[in-house]
Amino acid sequence: MRVELVRRSERSAAMAYLSPLLALLLTLIGGALIVIVWRLSTVDLSNPASGGFFGALQQGFVDYGRFLYVFFIEPLTELWSLEELVAKATPIILVAIGLSLCYLSNTWNIGAEGQIAVGAITGSFLPIFFPDWHGPFMLPAMLILGMLGGMAYAAIPALLKIRFGTNEILTSLMLVYVAQLFLDYLARGPWRNPAGHNFPDSRAFDGGQILPTLFDTNIRISLIFVFVAAFAAWFLMRWTKMGFQIKVLGQAPRAGAFAGFSQSRMVLITFLISGALAGLAGISEVAGPVGQLRTTVSPGYGFTAIIVAFLGRLNPIGAIFAGFLLALSYLGGEGAQIALGMSDQTTRVFQGMLLFFVLACDSFIFYRLQIVRTPVMQTGTVAS
Amino acid sequence: MTTLMLEGILLTIITAATPLLFASIGELVTERSGVLNLGVEGMMAMGAVVGFAVAHSTGNIALGVVGAIVAGMAMAALFGVVTLIFVANQVASGLALTLFGLGLSGLIGDAFVGVPGAGLARVSIPGLSDLPVVGLLFRLDPLTYLAVAITIAVSWFLFRMRGGLILRAVGDSHVSAHALGYSVIRVRFMAVLFGGACAGLAGAYLSLVYTPQWTQAMTAGRGWIALALVVFATWLPGRVVIGALLFGGVSILQLHAQALGVGVPSQFLSALPYLTTIVVLVIISRNRALVRANTPAALGQSFVPDR
Repeated sequence: MRVELVRRSERSAAMAYLSPLLALLLTLIGGALIVIVWRLSTVDLSNPASGGFFGALQQGFVDYGRFLYVFFIEPLTELWSLEELVAKATPIILVAIGLSLCYLSNTWNIGAEGQIAVGAITGSFLPIFFPDWHGPFMLPAMLILGMLGGMAYAAIPALLKIRFGTNEILTSLMLVYVAQLFLDYLARGPWRNPAGHNFPDSRAFDGGQILPTLFDTNIRISLIFVFVAAFAAWFLMRWTKMGFQIKVLGQAPRAGAFAGFSQSRMVLITFLISGALAGLAGISEVAGPVGQLRTTVSPGYGFTAIIVAFLGRLNPIGAIFAGFLLALSYLGGEGAQIALGMSDQTTRVFQGMLLFFVLACDSFIFYRLQIVRTPVMQTGTVAS
Repeated sequence: MTTLMLEGILLTIITAATPLLFASIGELVTERSGVLNLGVEGMMAMGAVVGFAVAHSTGNIALGVVGAIVAGMAMAALFGVVTLIFVANQVASGLALTLFGLGLSGLIGDAFVGVPGAGLARVSIPGLSDLPVVGLLFRLDPLTYLAVAITIAVSWFLFRMRGGLILRAVGDSHVSAHALGYSVIRVRFMAVLFGGACAGLAGAYLSLVYTPQWTQAMTAGRGWIALALVVFATWLPGRVVIGALLFGGVSILQLHAQALGVGVPSQFLSALPYLTTIVVLVIISRNRALVRANTPAALGQSFVPDR
C-alpha cells in the first residue's frame, strides 16, 4: 500500500479556501513541537527538582498554552495592541499586494525589503533638507518621492532581466543588502541629526511631515492606502486586459507569447508596481510610526510580505486577511519573548513554517492523495 | 616580509572562499538534477548553529561538523518533501526554507551568543608545506581540503560516472528520464540532500573555522552569493572554484580596505561583494549561448510521474 498524489480533473474550489486554514493548523502543531522542545532544552533533566523528563514535558504543554494565548489572543484584547497590529499590518499588506501581481505573472521580486528602504530614503529627502516645509503639499510630495524611489530601485533588476536575461531573484535580493547598507550610511553619516547627541537617526519629522491619524486612534491614514491599493489591484486583475495578460503570462508563457503579450513589458510593469507599493510602505513607516529616518526602517516586512502574498492566494483581498495574521505574529513574538523568555526569532520560525505549510497544502487544490493498494500477483509475490 | 604578507592575504582569501565553495558545489549538484533550492542561506545558518552547538557541548569539532551536515540535510529533506512530493513551487519553498532556517538558527543559537568557540587547527602536509609560496596550499585546515576533494569528486561523478549521467538526464529532461525507468523523484531527493549536506558544511566552516563563534545571521548573504556562483560557473564544478576565489578575494579586499581606513565609508565597502555579484551575473548572463549550453533544461520544473 502506498499514498500517491493524483491530479484532480479540475481545481478544487473547496481546497482553495481550506488549504490556508489547514496550513495554519499544521503550523500550530509545528509550533507546539518547537515550544515543547525548547522547554525541554532549558530544563536540567538530571535535577530532581525539575520533575524529570515528564515534568519538563508537562511544563512544555503548559508553556504552549501560554504561548498560544500571548501569540494569538493577548494582542487582540487591548486597544493599544490592536492599533499596533494595524500599524504593523499596513506596510506588510501594501507590499504583499504588489508582490502578488509579480508572482501571478511568474516574476520573482524578492527584494521588497530593499525597495522599502529606498522608498524611505527618497521620501525622507524633503523633510530632512527642508525641515520648515509643512504645507499641504509636503506629505503628498514625500509619498510620491517614496513611491518613485521604490519604483526606480525595483526597475534595476527588471531592466537587467529584460536587457541581459539576468536572474531577477538573485539581483533583487542582492540589492536588499546594498539598500540597507546605504540607509545605514545615510542615517549614521550625512543625514544624521546634528543636534541628536550622536544617535544614528535623522531629525524627527513633525507637523505636516507626519501622516495624520484616523478617528482619535494611533491608526494612520496609510491604512486607507491599503484598501485603495487592494481595490485597485483587484480591479486590475478582474476587469482589465492587463490583468488578463498577467494571468496568461504567469500560467502559460508560450500561449501569452503567441497572443502577442510581451513578457518583458510585464516584468517591468509588475516590478514597477511592487516597487512603488514597497516604496510607499517605506515612506509611510518613516513618516508614520517611526517618525524619522533610522538605520533600519523595517523589521523584515519585505520578506514577511512574500509569505502574506502566498497565504492570501496571490489575491489582493486575501492579502489583507493574511497580512493581519502575519502582523499578529510580530506582536505574538514580542509577547512570547516577554512572557516565556523565548528568542525574538520565534516570529521568523513561525512565519517560515507557515509559508512551508501553505505551499505544501496548496498542492491539494490541484492534486489529491490517493491510497493505492498494492496489487497481489498470481504467484503470491508482492509487486512494489 | 612581502612574501609573508602575500601569503597571509592568499590564506585569508582561501578561508573566505571555502564556505562559498562548499555551498555552491552542493547547490550545483542540486540544480544539475533540475531542482532550484533557494534555501541555501537557511540551510547554511542551521549548519552553522548546529555545528557550533554540537562542537561546544561535546568538545569535539569533528562531531560538530557531522552535526552540521545532519542539520543541513534535515533542512534539505524538508524542502525535498514539500517540492518533490507535494510539488510545491520551488522558488517560494526555497524562500520559506531560508526564512525558517534563519529564524530557527536564531532560536537555537540564542543560548550560544557570545560563547567563545574553539577553532579548527590547520594541518600541514610534511615536505610539501615547506615549499616557498605554494607551500601555503598544504598548510590549510582539513575542511578546505575536504571542499576541494568534494569538488573534484563531484566533477568526476557528473561527467565520468553513470550516476552522474543519470542525474544530468533527470535535470535536463525529467520526462525522458522517467520513460527510461529512472526514478526522477528519488534522484532529485538525493541531489537535494547532497546540497543540504554541503550547505551544512559551509555553515560549519563559518562557525568553527572562519570566525569560531555564533552570531545571529552570521551567514550574511553568503548562501545567496553561492547561488549566484552556480550561475557564474555555468553549472561547471571547475569554474565554481574560480568564482569562489574571486568572491573570497573581493570580501577580503573590502575588509583590508576598511582596516586601512580608505577614504570610502565602510558601508560602501561592505556592499562591494553584493554589487560584484550583480555585475558578474550581468556579465555572465549577457552571453546567453554560454549560459544556455549548460543550464539544466528542466531547472525549477516540478515533476509528477504519470503512472
